Amino acid sequence: MRVALVEYGIGNVLSVANALTRAGVTPVVVRDGDELTALDASCVVMPGVGAVGEALLLLRQRGLDVALQALVVDRGVPFLGICVGMQVMAETCEEFGEHRGLGWIPGRVRRLAPEGSSLRLPHVGWNTISLRDDGDFLTGLDGEHFYFVHSFVMECPDEYVVATANYGHPFVAAVCHGRLMGVQFHPEKSSQAGAVLLSEFLTRAAPIAA
Amino acid sequence: MLKRRLVPVLYLLDGWMVRSQEFQEHQYIGDPVLHVERMIDWDVDELIVLDIGRGEMTFEHHRQDYRHKPVLTLFDFIQRIAVECRIPLTFGGRIRTIEDIRTRIQNGADKVSVNTILADSPQTVTQAARMFGSQAIVASVDFRRVEGTSRVYLRHGREDSGVVPAKWARRAQDLGAGEILLNAIDRDGIAQGYDLEEIRKVVDAVTIPVIACGGAGHQKHFQQCLNDTDANAVAAGNIFHFTENAYPRAKKFLTQARSDIRPLTENRPA
Repeated sequence: MRVALVEYGIGNVLSVANALTRAGVTPVVVRDGDELTALDASCVVMPGVGAVGEALLLLRQRGLDVALQALVVDRGVPFLGICVGMQVMAETCEEFGEHRGLGWIPGRVRRLAPEGSSLRLPHVGWNTISLRDDGDFLTGLDGEHFYFVHSFVMECPDEYVVATANYGHPFVAAVCHGRLMGVQFHPEKSSQAGAVLLSEFLTRAAPIAA
Repeated sequence: MLKRRLVPVLYLLDGWMVRSQEFQEHQYIGDPVLHVERMIDWDVDELIVLDIGRGEMTFEHHRQDYRHKPVLTLFDFIQRIAVECRIPLTFGGRIRTIEDIRTRIQNGADKVSVNTILADSPQTVTQAARMFGSQAIVASVDFRRVEGTSRVYLRHGREDSGVVPAKWARRAQDLGAGEILLNAIDRDGIAQGYDLEEIRKVVDAVTIPVIACGGAGHQKHFQQCLNDTDANAVAAGNIFHFTENAYPRAKKFLTQARSDIRPLTENRPA
């Protein structure tokens, strides 16, 4: 199974690579659209931290937006976006201005709490998740602790939400749309629960790859 | 519910793990990789490693009898621990440039803790926050009480900045830092409890999370700090080295006392 790990100039790709290695696969780091297309990956993992506008800019500069669209949207290769790697799936992203997202999920990325609110941001630390229905790819992980570090969140219609967390108010912790999956938290830094999630993602990707 | 973190801080000096007292005395306590592995086995909420060396960066131990490859440089060390580190890892010390930050993050650190550049090169802090995100930049603020007032000290606690911690922390936030690591120099290694008054002042002055450090000698000190301040995390060094199973025991104690603590992971497979 070929696992593509997308590196586009921001974020700690090594942490995710290490976590995938612990889960029993050796990811291949791809740095632009051509590398991604040439790999013929069985699944794609895209990390990301920092500002979503910057992330989108870098994805487009490297031709990754087009290559990802062809691979994971048109061909349905399983995709896992982590933190900003999830947020870029939205239609619009408001962080230091408004940016056009990849538009795979009809949603917006907004600040977790308005300016001047008493909530401290970034939201940093371990928080529990609540599953919607069976939680889809998060099944069995209801109430588990995951490590979050972010100030912005995705807002989208209920049908795409598979888990929420609470910080002042409930917010979207994970989304799923067919084989497009996204988590706001960091499974690579979420100890045992994070390892379970990555294994589940890889298990789901395996029969599709075979 | 967001849980409040219990965070071990490990001090690295010339490639060795050390115990620190008042930033002055350092006692060598062994191979840093083994200490980090113990923390990962304890499934700590987060780990902070501070390289407190001042001169040329050296890794002076060259034992060949380790069960792992010898670690010869700081980057070997970060890479080595990052492989197993399934929890967030912050690395601090000797950070002067964007390149210093990039190399630590590229080798596996999730965040860096910066201190001296808050004074010497504030624009670097802002640039780093833009490049790596605020969440990756922890502002380390060391303070001492002098004649009744607290002041931030720079350069390993040797130089008085003349500024109070609350003001310094607010400035760090404005520069782009995403968290404050507040350390009471006078209380380092003294085990008499946290400086609750100063922690409250800093927490009130900023809107980013604060990690309180310095003074924990007993698990009740963690509880006191969590009860009496709004610090998002409590951190400590020595207590986790010199008391048997100190971290799991502190976690159990705090979990019983409070609802906002992440419990120990039970039956974690090896």
